[in-house]
Amino acid sequence: MIYLPLIFNLKNIDMVLPTNLKHVATEDEYNEILKNHENVMICCGRMGPMCVPVYDIMEELQEEYKHVEFRDMLFDSPHAHVIRNLPQCRGFMGLPFNVYYKNGQVVAATSSIQSQEQITDILDREFGA
Amino acid sequence: MEEKNYDVVVLGGGAAGMTAGIYLGRSKVRTVVLDTATIGGQMVLTYEIANYPGVALTTGYQLSSIMKKQAKSFGCDIKANVKVTALDLEGEEKSITIGDKVVYKAPAIILATGGRSRMLNVPGEKEFKGRGISYCATCDGDFFQDKEIIVVGGGNSALEEAVALTKYASKVTILHEFDHFQAFEHAVEEAKANPKIDFIMSSHIIEFSGDESLRKVRYKNLETGDQFEKAIDGVFIFIGYEANTEALRNSGIELNEWNEIVASEKMETNISGVFTAGDCRAKQYRQITTAVSDGTIAALNAIAYINGK
Repeated sequence: MIYLPLIFNLKNIDMVLPTNLKHVATEDEYNEILKNHENVMICCGRMGPMCVPVYDIMEELQEEYKHVEFRDMLFDSPHAHVIRNLPQCRGFMGLPFNVYYKNGQVVAATSSIQSQEQITDILDREFGA
Repeated sequence: MEEKNYDVVVLGGGAAGMTAGIYLGRSKVRTVVLDTATIGGQMVLTYEIANYPGVALTTGYQLSSIMKKQAKSFGCDIKANVKVTALDLEGEEKSITIGDKVVYKAPAIILATGGRSRMLNVPGEKEFKGRGISYCATCDGDFFQDKEIIVVGGGNSALEEAVALTKYASKVTILHEFDHFQAFEHAVEEAKANPKIDFIMSSHIIEFSGDESLRKVRYKNLETGDQFEKAIDGVFIFIGYEANTEALRNSGIELNEWNEIVASEKMETNISGVFTAGDCRAKQYRQITTAVSDGTIAALNAIAYINGK
């Protein structure tokens, strides 16, 4: 039997989280989303204990907050530098990084696990109920 | 207000609540599980589970997802991230109001509200959460590569996580309020043998401060009363758990001095038709296995209760 080596081009691999949310896989996609949606929340994390509850909350909120585009992004993806390096995330030392955008501009950012109330407070304040 | 009627309402969707949901659903008992946060409770906050019998190695997320699927497959309704605004446990018909829209009614209720990590509740703690203060070494450890950190606590979690964090941090100081540890001896020995770890005993943190990130802590020696400041990059807090029973404090449910629900071996509380299960119950050990056991017993006795009515 002959085993052929598998050659991956990392740029072509979608590095996404195994959640039920829509993802941001690449920097291009990130820019497209911000261009095409007025209100966006992106949760950038891993499948860890502090991140999973936030994904769950976002999934729950999708129905009620139809005017907000909810996405997640894998923190360890090379493309996630677009969030990791945001000035608003400077000093963040806890996953996930939760970033809220209005017309492509960051209007709020939080670090670490958040409750539904903390998230909806920001959504209501920045994007309207 | 919309009214929804069930045979049993389970408040809490952790291991205990999900198990109750599985047993009740499988017995064709109309059941809804309500949770004020994510389904899975503290299971979801556990990165790796290696001691759940029958499962070699899994994550808390995977295990809770399977439990949720099982409960749903047996017909149990599940609502996560709800906001409980009213609770009436007395009388023949119990009710739980969610927001200002829905009231869930049932002759029997299982309180499986679980527990949560304790916070220090000192100035700066909320402000610097995620900016230097963490409650999860697995999640945030790599942010502290070559940095100096403090681990607060003296139980198994604190000592084991302190050792784990030496993989990243240049120095780990364990700060504990007593002059001895509650952790198992092997965990204490492992921490003491680690050259990157030192100890501050009989002390507690009284303030966190910094700029965009945590920069220093102020702590007090509890024996002398002296206060000290220490420059620090991060603080991990592992000081045990407390029961999620705030909403029950004026409900008529008997709580002990630690605000845990007092119950019989049958998981019956002092109120007829109200059962409890899991980490919110007064008991010695809090494990997924013990929560599953509680959930089973509570469900079976809730079934017996409604069948006997």
